[in-house]
Amino acid sequence: MTDHNDPMAEIKASFFIECEELLESLQDGLQEMDEGSEDPETINVVFRAVHSIKGGAGAFGLEELVRFAHRYETVLDEVRAHRLDADSEAHKLFFAAADHLSDLVRASRDDLPMPVAESDRLLTSLEALLGDLPDEEVRPEDFEPLGVTLSLDLPDLSDMEAADGTGETDHDAPAEAAGDGWIIRFKPEAELFDTGNEPQMLIRNLCALGEATVTCDLSDLPSLDRLAPETPYLCWTISLSTTSDEGELREVFEFVDGLCELSIRRAGAAPLEAAGQARTLEIAPPPATPAAVPAPEAAPPQSAPALTDAAPPPVEDGADTPARKSKETGAKSVVRVDLERIERLVNLVGELVINQAMLSQSLGEAGLSPHSDAMNGLEEFQRLTRDIQDSVMMIRAQPVKSLFQRMSRIVRESSAAVRKDVRLVTEGESTEVDKTVIERLADPLTHMIRNSVDHGLESPDSRRAAGKPPQGTVRLTAAHRSGRVVIEVSDDGGGIDRKKVHQVAISKGLVPPDLPLSDNEIDNLLFLPGFSTASQVSSLSGRGVGMDVVKTSIQSLGGRISIQSERGRGTTFSISLPLTLAVLDGMVVNVAGETLVLPLNVVVETLSLGPDDVQMLRPGAHVVRVRGGFVPLYDLGVMLGYRPARDTHQGAIVLLISLDDGNRAALVIDAIQDQRQVVIKGLDDSFYRAPGIAAATILGDGQIALILDPADIIAAEGPLRGAELALTQGV
Amino acid sequence: MSDASPRGLELLTFRVAEQEYSLDIMSVREIRGWTRTTPMPHAPDYMRGVINLRGTVLPVMDLARRLNLPSQETNDRNVIIVVKMNGTLTGLLVDAVSDIVAMSEEDLQPPPDIASDPQMSVVRALTVIDDRMIRVLDLGAVVPRTTDEVA
Repeated sequence: MTDHNDPMAEIKASFFIECEELLESLQDGLQEMDEGSEDPETINVVFRAVHSIKGGAGAFGLEELVRFAHRYETVLDEVRAHRLDADSEAHKLFFAAADHLSDLVRASRDDLPMPVAESDRLLTSLEALLGDLPDEEVRPEDFEPLGVTLSLDLPDLSDMEAADGTGETDHDAPAEAAGDGWIIRFKPEAELFDTGNEPQMLIRNLCALGEATVTCDLSDLPSLDRLAPETPYLCWTISLSTTSDEGELREVFEFVDGLCELSIRRAGAAPLEAAGQARTLEIAPPPATPAAVPAPEAAPPQSAPALTDAAPPPVEDGADTPARKSKETGAKSVVRVDLERIERLVNLVGELVINQAMLSQSLGEAGLSPHSDAMNGLEEFQRLTRDIQDSVMMIRAQPVKSLFQRMSRIVRESSAAVRKDVRLVTEGESTEVDKTVIERLADPLTHMIRNSVDHGLESPDSRRAAGKPPQGTVRLTAAHRSGRVVIEVSDDGGGIDRKKVHQVAISKGLVPPDLPLSDNEIDNLLFLPGFSTASQVSSLSGRGVGMDVVKTSIQSLGGRISIQSERGRGTTFSISLPLTLAVLDGMVVNVAGETLVLPLNVVVETLSLGPDDVQMLRPGAHVVRVRGGFVPLYDLGVMLGYRPARDTHQGAIVLLISLDDGNRAALVIDAIQDQRQVVIKGLDDSFYRAPGIAAATILGDGQIALILDPADIIAAEGPLRGAELALTQGV
Repeated sequence: MSDASPRGLELLTFRVAEQEYSLDIMSVREIRGWTRTTPMPHAPDYMRGVINLRGTVLPVMDLARRLNLPSQETNDRNVIIVVKMNGTLTGLLVDAVSDIVAMSEEDLQPPPDIASDPQMSVVRALTVIDDRMIRVLDLGAVVPRTTDEVA
């Protein structure tokens, strides 16, 4: 990959991209099988995915990948042929093998050392499945990657003319070879060419096995004016005298399995049905002049028009095999775009939004009538800006499916490590989230899944004792909910042992022993740094990474995490994330002379405080009375260190905000300026990250305003004060 | 910046709280007039806040506070020197920029070893221009690396 001009490197790169897609469909297929799908197409998809990876890997000489894929595929083939009945244990092994295959692909791509020992271990278990089944297949060791030399030389056109369809050499039935000969009839289907395979290669490889006579059946070939360039018309009959057995012959065609009509029989066994008056064309047996094998008509469309006078047009050689195979998977037309270009577009749209804000500010200051043309135009401009922005954001959006698939691997690995039987159920895989969010969600989600498997679910024995099925279930769901993405990880385990959590927190000095805490607050203790409930440190958890790290990384994405747990029924972690990291609908407010922005979606209500609305709970802690309930009051100016605490809040404006745990809080501000869309400017890691400050934005006047995360800012006040107030709230 | 070639180096000299300091000009990206900063809550006291530098958020450090010098009242003559350090931009608030002087490495003297003086740790070298002592700042020591200093 060093030389970017190397065409092979490019092809190889697209092979690896294709591998990702294949691995994805492999995972899907296995998942369906595991869910009990009886559809024979499912196993075919699985088989073909492994197979295509092997094929591509063979072309690039990635031996370890080929070796593993081949033997894996051999086992899958047994399942496909209904010789092996795969139970759930076998499915687990298949999953493990699929995971390993993706490891191998990655190792091949990044030139990392191959985990050969792991391959061997898996292969041994895989092949143990076969047991002493009658082994009709060739020994796996026999497989050698077909050295597909990817030459770009087209077959000589002068040879092509011979295949003109006029039928130079008339033959009766193909020559029948004597003795231990084979008659192979091979009729490619259009799909064979669509996937970039080349009959010439196949026939040449077949001919290499022994002495062969190849005849081409041109009987189906229409006249030129009726010739559809993408429809294959040719059929070859090869009579081969060889010592190889049928398995070896079939192996030649294994990459085009299902893409052609193929019959292999002993010479003289049965008459060839298609013989008759076929106009055939005899080809000198390779390896003498392999290029003389006529190319089929099914040329890729791009080469067809240029060669109309030399029908049938020559097919391109297999150089682009891997790139083309991906077209099997779906007909949706997709463009691969460099991420940088999208970033640039996103940034430009960001500038546009700022610009628009500046424009509306100056037009507003000019005192124009709201019905003037300029103002109407501005409104239109705002709408368009928003549409453009939404569209641009949509480009960056990706379904969470790839992320969820990675998680199913985590479940498999972690459940094996703690010897629990765990099923992962995923929902909403097609939910789309910003690409960056997906990437940065992988680590926290991995940790949460591990946690659910390790701590959330009980051991099979205690599950049985509790009257639950021994197999635990972890659900991973994604959904769009009121402008945010909600991802939930839930288990049907024992729920949080609040007593134990509380004790641990006390023993670690995280909370004073005499402070009563609500259930909700005890649950939230899990997010405190330095908290770990695992009474036994297992190999899985206890890596020193706690839920606090998860919480921090979710927060850095502008998200929030919350817990619901029911004793004996299970625990659910909900992550709520913004759809995009680029813009935000914000409420612009003034506090102590500073301009701040709050996410609009957390603001439930705005109030103006009257003289009797605020009650003191204790010095420094106030509550505000809202329709019969008490809501804790926080002075933003004080919390951000802008001003000292004030004696009275009378006349102040209060924003009532909703927190993820269902509680509410009241924030004291000085004035509300505006509601508008703001562009999020990230504060990068080198910054002084203050609690509660999520990001910054640039206002219409060019000044910077900070974007607050109210939930975070209140959490930073400490759980204890919240605890006290939660008690009041419960009254 | 540790370029020890005989070509020498150029220093941007400026005043902070009546003292003269300098920086290797190679690390200076631009010099801007004073604009109001947006304070960052709970940041160290030498962080003045953030400003809008053509669409990006630039943290601005009060160099006087950073060097434990008496902080001056900011006025319109103050400037912000934008420096690039470890790939990130930081603004340094100084009283005024004085000059750009060329010199060779030999003209620099190591600072006297006064370990107890915390201010000295950010001074890389001393030099003399027109009989005035100029301190050459070690930018790496002035600009804190990452989030170590988060309260």
